[in-house]
Amino acid sequence: MRKTAATISLGIVIACLIATALLIHPFGHPPSQMDDYIIENAQSETGANNVVTSVVFDYRGFDTLGEATILFTAVTGVVMLFRKKKEEIAK
Amino acid sequence: MMMSKIVRTISNLLAPFILIFGLYVIMHGHLTPGGGFQGGAVFASGVVLLIVAFGSHNIEEKLKEHHLSILESSGALMFIGLAFGGMAIAFFYNFLTGSPIFGHIPTPGPNSGDIWTGGVIPLMNMAVGLKVIAGLSAIVLVMALASHKTRIEK
Repeated sequence: MRKTAATISLGIVIACLIATALLIHPFGHPPSQMDDYIIENAQSETGANNVVTSVVFDYRGFDTLGEATILFTAVTGVVMLFRKKKEEIAK
Repeated sequence: MMMSKIVRTISNLLAPFILIFGLYVIMHGHLTPGGGFQGGAVFASGVVLLIVAFGSHNIEEKLKEHHLSILESSGALMFIGLAFGGMAIAFFYNFLTGSPIFGHIPTPGPNSGDIWTGGVIPLMNMAVGLKVIAGLSAIVLVMALASHKTRIEK
């Protein structure tokens, strides 16, 4: 029973992957004009030469905020786990 | 726990260059490849080199974990504050473009690069760089101290 379920779900996943690979846009022909807009206007709009940084910190700053939140959460968790307790410092 | 004298001498020689390169990647994030995250990771790897070579306890005397936590939080606050700075128009609006601070606009296309451009981007790079430096250093330092303690208990 479990084996058949695993086989069926694996088949569905593989079918989805193959369908995605067949339906993907051809290289160099993205579905939207947004990247052309950014390449043409990023320098004059933000003033930064590095277009990748201007996307990361300006056009998609909200995404970077999430990234920074992930790092903050990771640091909080690790420091909480490994921090010395008060009686251990006294030793 | 310190490593041998050879390792300590070499890491003494190399560490300043690694740390300065990390700061360079952060400061030039709006001109050259890299940015806050990458430069912070380079800087933190320099700190890791020092921790490995000199032992976590010797580093901890100079670099306290709660100071690093404060630095990290201030970096995060700086980042969100800069994001809210453009709130008059939109969240994360680049409100410094054209202003006297980091406001120069370069000629479109290839140019020699001017550090005084980018509006809010260099400041955000610095904030994120501070955050990544402090965060990754704190992670490695705390884990090294904890593993040292477990080894002694064994």
